[in-house]
Amino acid sequence: MDVAPNWYLALSAVLFTIGTFGVLFRRNAIVVLMSVELMLNAVNLTLVTFSQSMGDPSGQLLVFFSIAVAAAEAAVGLAIVIAIFRSKVTVDITEINLFKH
Amino acid sequence: MDLSTAFPTLVTDLPAAFSMSVVGLVGLAMIVLDAFRNDHPAIPWLGVAALGVSAAWEATHLGAPQSTVFFETLRTGGFVAFINLIILLTGLATILLSVPYLNQLRYDYGEVYALIMFSTVGMIMLGSANNMVSIFLGLETMSVCLYVLTGFIREDEGAVESALKYFLLGAFSTGFFLYGIALMYGATGTMALPAMAAAELGTLSTRLLFWGGFALFLVGFFFKVSAAPFHMWTPDVYQGAPTPLTGYMSTATKAAAFAALILVLVHAVPGGEWQLSVAAVAVLTMVIGNVMALAQTNVKRLLAYSSIAHAGYVLVGLSAGTSAGYAGALFYLLVYAVMNIGAFGVMSMLEWDGKEGREQTLSSLAGIANDRPVLGSTMGIFMLSLIGFPPLGGFAGKYFVFAPAVDAGLTWLVVIGVLMSALSAYYYLRVVYVFWMQSADDVEATDPVRAAAFPRATVAATGTLVVCAVALVVLGVFFGGVLETTLGFFESTAMATAP
Amino acid sequence: MTSADLLRLVLLLPLAGAVLNGVAPLFLKHLRTRETLLGTIGTAVVAIPFVLTVYLFVTFGGDPIVADYFTWMAAGDLDLSFAYRVDQLSLLMTLVVTGVGGVIHLYSIGYMHGDDGYWRFFAYLNLFIFAMLNLVLANNLPVLFLGWEGVGLCSYLLIGFWYTDLRNSAAANKAFIVNRVGDVAFLVAMFLVFRELGSLSFDVLLAEGPNLPEATLNWIVFLLFVGATGKSAQIPLFVWLPDAMAGPTPVSALIHAATMVTSGLYLLARLSALVLGAPVVMMIVAIVGAATALMAATIAVAQDDIKRVLAYSTVSQLGYMFMAAGVGAFFVAIFHVVTHAFFKACLFLGAGSVIHGMEEVEHGLEEQGRDPSDFDPQDMRTMGGLAEYMPATRTTYLLATLAISGIPLTAGFFSKDEILFKAFEYGYDGSTYAMAVWVVGILTAVLTAFYMMRSYVLTFEGEPRWPLSDQLAPHESPSTMTGALWTLGLLSLVGGFIGLPAVVQGGDWNWIHHYLGAKYGGPVAEASVQGHVPLALEWGLILLSSVIALGTVYYAWRVYLTQGLGYDAALKRRLRGVYQTWTDKYYWDEFYNEVVVDSLINGVARKGLAAFDTTVVDGAVNGVADTAQNASGLLRRVQTGLVQNYALALTVGAALLIGLMLYGV
Repeated sequence: MDVAPNWYLALSAVLFTIGTFGVLFRRNAIVVLMSVELMLNAVNLTLVTFSQSMGDPSGQLLVFFSIAVAAAEAAVGLAIVIAIFRSKVTVDITEINLFKH
Repeated sequence: MDLSTAFPTLVTDLPAAFSMSVVGLVGLAMIVLDAFRNDHPAIPWLGVAALGVSAAWEATHLGAPQSTVFFETLRTGGFVAFINLIILLTGLATILLSVPYLNQLRYDYGEVYALIMFSTVGMIMLGSANNMVSIFLGLETMSVCLYVLTGFIREDEGAVESALKYFLLGAFSTGFFLYGIALMYGATGTMALPAMAAAELGTLSTRLLFWGGFALFLVGFFFKVSAAPFHMWTPDVYQGAPTPLTGYMSTATKAAAFAALILVLVHAVPGGEWQLSVAAVAVLTMVIGNVMALAQTNVKRLLAYSSIAHAGYVLVGLSAGTSAGYAGALFYLLVYAVMNIGAFGVMSMLEWDGKEGREQTLSSLAGIANDRPVLGSTMGIFMLSLIGFPPLGGFAGKYFVFAPAVDAGLTWLVVIGVLMSALSAYYYLRVVYVFWMQSADDVEATDPVRAAAFPRATVAATGTLVVCAVALVVLGVFFGGVLETTLGFFESTAMATAP
Repeated sequence: MTSADLLRLVLLLPLAGAVLNGVAPLFLKHLRTRETLLGTIGTAVVAIPFVLTVYLFVTFGGDPIVADYFTWMAAGDLDLSFAYRVDQLSLLMTLVVTGVGGVIHLYSIGYMHGDDGYWRFFAYLNLFIFAMLNLVLANNLPVLFLGWEGVGLCSYLLIGFWYTDLRNSAAANKAFIVNRVGDVAFLVAMFLVFRELGSLSFDVLLAEGPNLPEATLNWIVFLLFVGATGKSAQIPLFVWLPDAMAGPTPVSALIHAATMVTSGLYLLARLSALVLGAPVVMMIVAIVGAATALMAATIAVAQDDIKRVLAYSTVSQLGYMFMAAGVGAFFVAIFHVVTHAFFKACLFLGAGSVIHGMEEVEHGLEEQGRDPSDFDPQDMRTMGGLAEYMPATRTTYLLATLAISGIPLTAGFFSKDEILFKAFEYGYDGSTYAMAVWVVGILTAVLTAFYMMRSYVLTFEGEPRWPLSDQLAPHESPSTMTGALWTLGLLSLVGGFIGLPAVVQGGDWNWIHHYLGAKYGGPVAEASVQGHVPLALEWGLILLSSVIALGTVYYAWRVYLTQGLGYDAALKRRLRGVYQTWTDKYYWDEFYNEVVVDSLINGVARKGLAAFDTTVVDGAVNGVADTAQNASGLLRRVQTGLVQNYALALTVGAALLIGLMLYGV
């Protein structure tokens, strides 16, 4: 292995942060959804790195589950966004605040 | 690992997964049945049967010794049976209460019940986890089903909005949660909870990695149990979701998530270094939950903030970090599940329209108890128990989460808890007051009750509420046996007590 | 039947009555108007326990009987059961609760006649008796707390009984919230006791409690005392009691004069062994009691509402009892609890009878086509001359007035004199604060005699002052009501003979002291006093009290009979600002509302809450709750409904949590 594990960890931390900021500041629900996916994949990278560097397979095992869960979440998320679009004709999440206080 | 014994082990361990398999398979059967005949009226009863059988199975295992199965990924024994019993019975009550409600809305879809079953499977896995992978899988199975359940009334703008909020924030918190697992894994090199406690955290950087990871991991749990400041989704989602399912979310989800949290605290981080963090979150949660509840006019929203406050009380028990504290928290979860499912159950019977119902203010129900004495009196008991009024279950529950905390030297925390709990009397009593002591003439007629549009009370649903109310009285008077059982879980050798 | 079985009946009959009266009519609506049936059941389930208690009292052997019905829980290191304790103290309290309670039930049959909520009223009253019995008979703190909370709940329900009146629900809420403040202290004390002793049972608590380190003991006793100030209406938590008079008058008599408000005293007497170990707290108790007694007595002088006079008089008399507890004379406090239950219940029921009569006048005015809205049937300024119309009420009210004023040989004379003597004795022994308390006690005695006689004369003597008094005449109340009045009136006259002063026969005839006192084998400890007050001085003190009582009563009688309301005006002119302060109750409510509440709120915007306040809270905005609601106004602005704000809060929370977690690493 040529690249030290720390570089992978740093990369995944950066990706995670980018994802977090995406969720916090983008207005389009679809983009927010994508940002969440980015966060999950950043974590997958961390898991794989640790798993590889420690020679322990359970980290990679979790990655498989995490990918499956992310897929399920994406499906449900898109369905919800479509339902929102149908009733509100917008996917701007700053306009969705029926419930508050 | 010698794989030659793997298959026989799996087979011998199968009974440990009895409830999970029964509930999951019946859930699948429901979907199949629904495909042949849309919205078959037998579907909910299928669920009732499966949950009932599983609950009976778990009840016989309350005294079972603590052990692990499936290559140490899941736990079995009394603790697991106790949590599963809470989850299964809550699920049962939810289905019974949902039938009239969904019929009234004409949303009696078969898949709703199937989703309840699937999320129950996730909760069971969460409550019996002995491994980070099981925790993640259980949590996500539960959550994804709940996202759908929140928003399945697609035509209702409010329901879909709360589904979106729940989903986005849930997925967001999952990101933190998973990252936390990854960091803890990186620090210890294992996913198994007991092995994490055994791992050496030699260097400072490893320790930082582990505890930083643990904090992120806690974020995921605090989100699910709606502890402040991770609670903000709760009122919005509870208000928009169909009422009986809100009850389910607020009780079974919390029971499962708290159970897993207890397992982690006991097995993976028994040192108690987290005490201050948990206590701080407990304070914030109790204060925000109770103070915000004071200002609510919508009953569902009020109950949402109340459920936040109650998560705070449980956290007080956990922050004691002693076996008495954990046992008290378990007992509290049981009592809380009974009273909250009851309170939401009553509200589901008093809602006249799923869409406008969410606008339903407390004052529109003025004097309702005179027309519906059973609902009125059970609601009275639920509210008094939520206040913590002796001799109801809520009082015993609060006592057994607060007393261990005092013993653990957290008197300041308990003082705040008791003060907040005293404050809560104000808003709970307001519900009793409006139900019983006002009449419709006392309030402005802007929000009239359309009693004719209430869901038709079925015997099963009313019976569920009465059983819950009676159970609260029983739990408040004869709680000795239950508490002794929960204490037993933490005193046996398999589950070491924290210092 | 054993004592334990009898006790079970004593406890369960009122509960059964509450269930019968409360549940059956809820579902069977035709039962709601069967007043005779409901009233008979309601009264019988209190009267029978009274008879049983008398039997227990007569056959009581001297050793405490502990009846352990079933184990509440026995898990871990806590062993709790539904255990009740029959000893001298609890027997005496049970006699008062069921006896006076029974009489008041009887009275209510007539008083509540025709009310829509007749059934509810009796259900609540029965439930109250059950809770109160739990309170006085408990053998451990949790069962006592069960009763403690139970009486609070019943009081809430009964104050707000006429819930259509907004003022009542505000009063009910105020009472509940203020009491909860006291309950918090009680609960924390309970947790501390459990941590220190590992048990909550009175047996352990009384045996091992006094050996605790003094600092711990001080805290426990202080917190219990704070709890007691809530229930027993002492400074600073007394504000709810005068407002509680919004409830039906029998409720004021039963709960807010005779029984519930004395439960704080009962708690201190029950744990007297502990309290004696905390002399610092005892000083606080005595001073708070004295301050309350004096303050409430001055307020009572300046009130025109007959029930308010009695309410402040109750607060003042409770202050007296705390004075006694503060100088270590717990049995005297209980003695005063008993006599006070007689005469104050009699006074309240008499006031109820008067109000009944004045309401008749109000209806008469309505029939004559007069606007009755400015006529208040509780205002003494529109009464006068009722002696002619309501002779039985008048005589009993006079008897009770003489008793509370401390006219020699009446019940109030003995108990009040004993309190003053004990304070003096303690002071004579070298305690400065006790002497100060004694002086305040004397002053209060003067004021008490004055304002009580004032209320009697303004109500019953002189000429009628209501409009059209030549045409409209109130009538005497029915015999169930006057029967109750006579019973209590006679008891106010003779009830004091259970505690003759020590100077008579060297204290041998002081039955209550021998019965309750620890040095005679009873449950109530007392402070030991070294120096003995000389006999002559003791007689002198008795003479002083007698002269004060007789003199003041005569003075008040003379001035109010000759000048009537004119004397009030004269007082007002002479005292000016002071009198105004009394009328305005020392601005306590303003203090709570403006200083405590507003100053905490001003920083927090009230926007958005205005609509809520008017429509939903039903005017029940006060004190603590108001503060918290305004705090929630600020928090509500954080809850924007925008998902990204929530996510931001989550992220910030996660960062803080990481920081907190890593702080210790």
